[in-house]
Amino acid sequence: MSDTRKVKIKAFRFNAETDYLPYTKEYEMEVGKDELVLDLMNRIKWEHDGSFSYRRSCRHGICGACGIKVNGKPVLACKQNAIELLDLFDNDITLEPQSKRRAVKDMIIDKGDFWDKHAAVKPYIVADIDPRPEKESKQSIAEFNALLDADLCIQCGACHYACPALEVNEDYLGPAALAAAFRFTADTRDEATEERLDITFQTGTGVWDCVKCFECAEACPKEVNPIEKIGKLHNMQFEEGVAQSNVATRHAEGFVRSIKKHGFLDEADIVLYSEGYLGMHKHMKTALKMLKAGKIHWNDALPFVDNVPKSKNLDEIQKLIDISMTNKL
Amino acid sequence: MSNLHYALFTGCTAKQSTPELLSSTLAVAEKLGIEITILEEASCCGASHLQDFDEFLAHVLNARNICYAEKLGLTMITICNTCQLNSAMTKHALDTDADLKARVNEKLAEVGLEYKGTSEIKHFLYALTEDYGLAAIKDKVVTPLSNFNIAPFYGCHNIRPGELHHSSNGNENSYVPKSLDNLIDALEGHPVDYDSKNKCCGFHVELQATHTSEVLAGNALVDAIDNNADMVVTPCPLCHLKMDTYQDDLGKVVGRDVEIPVLHMPQMVALALGATEKEIGLNYHVQKATQVFSEATV
Repeated sequence: MSDTRKVKIKAFRFNAETDYLPYTKEYEMEVGKDELVLDLMNRIKWEHDGSFSYRRSCRHGICGACGIKVNGKPVLACKQNAIELLDLFDNDITLEPQSKRRAVKDMIIDKGDFWDKHAAVKPYIVADIDPRPEKESKQSIAEFNALLDADLCIQCGACHYACPALEVNEDYLGPAALAAAFRFTADTRDEATEERLDITFQTGTGVWDCVKCFECAEACPKEVNPIEKIGKLHNMQFEEGVAQSNVATRHAEGFVRSIKKHGFLDEADIVLYSEGYLGMHKHMKTALKMLKAGKIHWNDALPFVDNVPKSKNLDEIQKLIDISMTNKL
Repeated sequence: MSNLHYALFTGCTAKQSTPELLSSTLAVAEKLGIEITILEEASCCGASHLQDFDEFLAHVLNARNICYAEKLGLTMITICNTCQLNSAMTKHALDTDADLKARVNEKLAEVGLEYKGTSEIKHFLYALTEDYGLAAIKDKVVTPLSNFNIAPFYGCHNIRPGELHHSSNGNENSYVPKSLDNLIDALEGHPVDYDSKNKCCGFHVELQATHTSEVLAGNALVDAIDNNADMVVTPCPLCHLKMDTYQDDLGKVVGRDVEIPVLHMPQMVALALGATEKEIGLNYHVQKATQVFSEATV
């Protein structure tokens, strides 16, 4: 078998200054087994069209400049083997910028929104330190490990531009900024825990707008696992006692109330408990339709009526909740 | 009879708002000779929301659920992607962190249980495609689904994060998932290829970020419809609820009519295997879907 493969590589082309619409161009080349996506981009530029534009710098997976998407899959071009991708997508690949709507020229996007959000979470240690310290500010291995792998982020934007919540809601901070917020909040030298939790728990912009799709975990080339850090920020709000009672926090805490009563989630009660009686009007239309379809029953939400199935050995569940619960709303 | 026997973790929705999911799952198992023991002791998996509130408590409760499958010496199967994810996350956390496992077991000992890590956890979709096998399913088809273009909607929590699921989902690649397409193919339906098939339905932020949730689910339905789908099929009851019960609202948000039946994966299989109308339970859908049963046999 030959060590190279002859393929047509497609690339998204667009120049915001001269083009009304983007277009796709094809470039035929022999791809070697050790070539990276970055090599393919270099070859398009060097062998086919010198105007093809993309960001690149370190070639070692550390500067975060060369993040693009291939067939919708976020990749760091200098880490991603090209043949692996060709195998995955049946030899039909299209190089795309991380965000088509933010494209400036070909693979280059305006990453301003990414940096604004990153800056908004105070991505640095806030501490009142002696300007002339006598000894270094040490961290134990355990203290360092508490940051988990959040410190490995290279700000490439792979997770940020893979996040569907951000695609819909421009105000959402997104996985990269929230992972950075966790990284500094979890640092024992930092003194801005409350301030940063306050920034990250606002509804509409903060952690409660995460849709839990795990696209960020899948996208990250450094295995930062941003959604895990978002989860930790959720937990920290309750641990630090700064969580405010709202529809999102009651929804999280309301699970305990249901499970303790039934073992299962009481689907009607969780909506009522999270929204409050006043918030229920939004759900009446859907509730009526569900009623008609036999999904729910007319008396489900009435007090003293219990239609919810019960787990067998419910007493075990209740006991475990009593002895294991660590947080409060 | 096949020699397959599983412990079924039903989850909450199959016991409440989607009874059709449970009845169709049991019908499929019966048609294929798969033995099912329902874990009646199991509690809610926490659905990621309990995890947001109290991660340790969520691990304890999920470990307890798994204990009951271990006691039976069976693989635990799930019929909800979110149950699958949260159960698998607890298993992974306990199997890789001896200290956490010890702390969880200390609590479980109080109710006479011990988590050992001996049971696998997999979604029913992969029990069908990986364990039973597509060729064997194809042999059992009595009503080929050849009248339908079927849009597979995979649901995030079966395919991401990849490394958590790879031991149970046949190495499905989350960017190019194939299991559901292959299953549709085995039932002689026509799988619809569309970009949204591996995207998020927005269910988990339905209450606090309603607009985000509706745009995501609405866009997915538009994409399926524009690619000529007659129905959407999903292995996750939460995706089903989002896309079925809220379909009117989704249409308003995306400014388009998005009327389309959204079937649970086991309903589709049950239909092809000749289960009864009652077992398939299309009458429990909010968006009218009962016509699918008669259309299948035309």
